[in-house]
Amino acid sequence: MSERALNKAESPALEAWRIFRRNVPALIGVVILTVIVLATLYGSFIYTGDAFEIVWAPHEPPGVTPDFPLGTDYLGRSVVAGMLTGGGPTLAVGAAAAAITMVIGVTLGALAGFHGGWVDNLLMRITEFFQVLPALLFAMVLVTLFSPSLLTIAIAIGVVSWPQTARLTRAEFLKVKELEYVTAARAIGARDARIIWKVILPNAAPPLIVSATLTIGVAILFEAGLSFLGLGDPNVMSWGLMIGANRDYILDAWWPVTFPGLAIFLTVFAVSLIGDGLNDAFNPKMRER
Amino acid sequence: MSASYLMKRVGYGLLLMLGVVILNFLLIRLAPGDPAVVIAGEMGGATEEMLESIREEYGLNKPLLTQLWIYVSGVVRFDLGQSFFFNQPVTTLIAQRILPTILLVITAQILSILLGVFLGVIASRKPGGVVSAFVSVFATIGYAVPVFWTGIMLIILFASILPIFPVEGMLSVKLRDANIFVQALDVLHHLVLPAFTLAIIYLAQYARLGRASMLEVLGSDYIRTARAKGASERSVLFKHALRNAALPILTVAGLQFGNLISGALLVETVFNWPGMGRLAFDSILRRDYPTIMGVLFFASFMVVVANILTDMSYRWADPRLRGKS
Repeated sequence: MSERALNKAESPALEAWRIFRRNVPALIGVVILTVIVLATLYGSFIYTGDAFEIVWAPHEPPGVTPDFPLGTDYLGRSVVAGMLTGGGPTLAVGAAAAAITMVIGVTLGALAGFHGGWVDNLLMRITEFFQVLPALLFAMVLVTLFSPSLLTIAIAIGVVSWPQTARLTRAEFLKVKELEYVTAARAIGARDARIIWKVILPNAAPPLIVSATLTIGVAILFEAGLSFLGLGDPNVMSWGLMIGANRDYILDAWWPVTFPGLAIFLTVFAVSLIGDGLNDAFNPKMRER
Repeated sequence: MSASYLMKRVGYGLLLMLGVVILNFLLIRLAPGDPAVVIAGEMGGATEEMLESIREEYGLNKPLLTQLWIYVSGVVRFDLGQSFFFNQPVTTLIAQRILPTILLVITAQILSILLGVFLGVIASRKPGGVVSAFVSVFATIGYAVPVFWTGIMLIILFASILPIFPVEGMLSVKLRDANIFVQALDVLHHLVLPAFTLAIIYLAQYARLGRASMLEVLGSDYIRTARAKGASERSVLFKHALRNAALPILTVAGLQFGNLISGALLVETVFNWPGMGRLAFDSILRRDYPTIMGVLFFASFMVVVANILTDMSYRWADPRLRGKS
């Protein structure tokens, strides 16, 4: 018998971590994401420069002038400066939007799944209503009506993305609330709020954590799309804005659009590798799917 | 398929659309500033005369419920207001743009389902094989690439390196007077890149989903029976198994429709495709709210119709559901 089995039972979180750290794609995701986050946080200390400032001739190709390793854009702004400062807002909005999505989605889904009956009915009708609205279009309308800033963009993305989370949470709650320990908690007189947040939610958490990770990826793509359309905060450099601003000149200069796009792709790719890894770690049996 | 179920579905769809109308109404009123100025969309440049006529038309001096009534009864008569920027009724503007969007979205949907499911079926034959690995990697990549960036990369590729597909618009200017058949071919030629760009994301998802649901079905008893009675591998895969694996794919196809429209918005902007997405983009830049709200209304309408159709095809594909309402 192995040593592990002789010791007391391993906690589920520990077991998940044990599986996760052996998952090569997921670890690659962690490495890529760490590099990107560090570059956006500290990159401006190594390469100083304002991303909005015109510093050189326009459309300088990458690798020609050592000061501008990724070249300059149509106005003569440094692409590398944009890459380093443009990641922060994208990541921040992505994370904030995912948090808002999870708060709305988990709350409504938990209430619907726990209470059932007319509460469930009403909340699910609202969810269906929000699923009818094409998300990006609705987000565009919200951002334009309430003037674009990082906060309104994050809120808009959250407001349009929560229905899937709500459905997932509801399904998990329906499953978990029938289990014995919930009945036991009820028997000792625990209140509804306690049962929802302290008893059911922790047990429904693994799929929600996976979904939260994937939501970050979707939110980053959303933010990039909005900035690309020119609906981001005009005073903040972001990867999507770089692509949108340089889009009319792509046949003269490929680099100001290619590099920011690669950065967005790599970020979302890393996040989804991590999400897949977490999914496998939480459901060891499902791994072969 | 019972007619009463269809009626029920349509009735619910109408209710959802009423919800969209009320939401549109509330959004304009909740936006900061005078709603008349918001509707005029001139960002403070509108004349007092113009604002007065808007107040009159929308009943902005009357109680909120009366305003709502005026708005809703307008929508019922297909009157979504006037675009002050384009100087045309919103419904006219959208009528000109809705067909290109439907063409793009449906083509992308069919393309992604057919190619995706085909890849998924092939992959399911050998779960550990090369195709299978390719499908997983491709699905993760397809999910992570921003759709507008894929479009731009394809434009760079096909405009300068391999100029075999047009990269902009829907119809060549020189063919404006050509006969309808030549024009249709030209539209299809223009459609290739936008439709493919839009299809890539979903193609990957269908491949992954198709693979998973095929693997599940291939393990069941009736597949073993089919094999035992000597059915060919192709017949087992595409006839016996795929028919049963199709239901989850259908569900996702229905749910994806809204996302597809969101994607079309970006793709139309990149390729200058003259659809509703491009219209939304142009009108948002001009703060032309009546048009934006009109696009939101019609886009939601398309999603509602798609949902009803999915539901119906579901019942057609799975006879077990037919008796239920």
